[in-house]
Amino acid sequence: MRPLPGRIDPSTVRPMTSPPPVFGLVLAGGMSRRMQTDKAALQIHGKQQLERAFELASGLCAKTFVSVRADQRADPLRSRFPTIVDEKDGLGPIGGISSAQAAHPEAAWLVLACDLPFLTTATLKFLLDHRDPSKPATAFISTHDGLPEPLCTVWEPSSREAVTAWIASGKTCPRKFLINSATHLLKQPDPQALDNVNTPDELTAAMSVLDGKAPAAVLKTLKIQYFALFREQAGRGEETLESTADTPARLYVELQRRHPFKLQKEQLRVAVNSEFCDWQAPLNSGDTVVFIPPVAGG
Amino acid sequence: MTLFRFSDVNLDPAAERRALEDPACGGFVSFEGWVRNHNEGLEVRRLEYEAFAALGIKEGDRIVADAIKKFGVERAACVHRIGSLEIGDLAVWVGVSSRHRGEAFAACRYIIDEVKHRVPIWKKEHYVNGDSGWVNCEACAAPGHDHKHDHDHAHSHDHSHAEKA
Repeated sequence: MRPLPGRIDPSTVRPMTSPPPVFGLVLAGGMSRRMQTDKAALQIHGKQQLERAFELASGLCAKTFVSVRADQRADPLRSRFPTIVDEKDGLGPIGGISSAQAAHPEAAWLVLACDLPFLTTATLKFLLDHRDPSKPATAFISTHDGLPEPLCTVWEPSSREAVTAWIASGKTCPRKFLINSATHLLKQPDPQALDNVNTPDELTAAMSVLDGKAPAAVLKTLKIQYFALFREQAGRGEETLESTADTPARLYVELQRRHPFKLQKEQLRVAVNSEFCDWQAPLNSGDTVVFIPPVAGG
Repeated sequence: MTLFRFSDVNLDPAAERRALEDPACGGFVSFEGWVRNHNEGLEVRRLEYEAFAALGIKEGDRIVADAIKKFGVERAACVHRIGSLEIGDLAVWVGVSSRHRGEAFAACRYIIDEVKHRVPIWKKEHYVNGDSGWVNCEACAAPGHDHKHDHDHAHSHDHSHAEKA
């Protein structure tokens, strides 16, 4: 992300002291309820997800640890790696981050979820290269909703006090923490890099993408034309967007976040390239999409 | 022959009718939809029609062609206004000519019913009280709105209140 004019680009300023060292933390304390099997142990591309995430982080960080719950201490997979055990149970990812900050308060933490099958060294390196140590954290903006992605984030030592206070006030959502802090936000160089895998269906889809059997989610250029109520609510007759939405149904959800569209999908029809089409029809780059509110001819 | 079109200027029913004249036909039926000064208890001052023309013409053509085939009539056409209309203006015109009257009535009714429910055209009413609204759109989206509209646009839209056209 290019710095805004008038703002100081930290990369051009010689720091008085070196920025804190970066340690890696791979989160593997999740319950994997939706997957119904331990996500950390899932094999993708011949490697268990935890092992792959650990290798990605340890390739770039001075030291790397796996964050585990107390009851996972003896787990054969997790105990192969250096671990940091949650100080307190039931807090989820923020508890793992806080425990790591307590164990090594001098370090900045590159925190990763273990279930990011599309994550690459290139994306992580981009995050570290564009990190702003003067901010509490540096994170990517979600391709899906424009909010910070908490589970591939650099947490600076300066965030520790605020994280502790956040937990003490009964809050646990790391995403809300990032939203409410002066987080340095970056656009993802690869829009799919942080797509995670929570269900067996998503795993099957991810594996066929990684095996080259299905196309990866790519940014498509879509033109959307607005008529009548939608034209008024969007404040424009058309717009061209870069989107990863692969169906009109997903595109409508995305547009509802950009514009105050209150009509429900069930009230609408949709047309692609001037012909009615199914909500689940595939979208291609260059398509023109029209959402059709209830009609009133005659 | 043009089966369906949009017009942004006033319609001339006599000219539309002439295009359907056919010496083989013994009957002609037309329907005119006019702008009414009230709707759902509100006094209407004027209204605007807006269409997604590229798809609207295709869908309108399909409706008129279907009617000709389904009812075995000789000729049929429909034209719908877009733009700003005043009370009493002609909003939509349907004409059918056929050998006998029965199928002409049926085809005419079929065309206007299908056009109202399938062609992507929207009506914004401007009321005497200063409000305005897109018909069939705005009330449905209000929170807690429990008025049961049938939004199956294909065939079964059935309002309990009297319709204009």
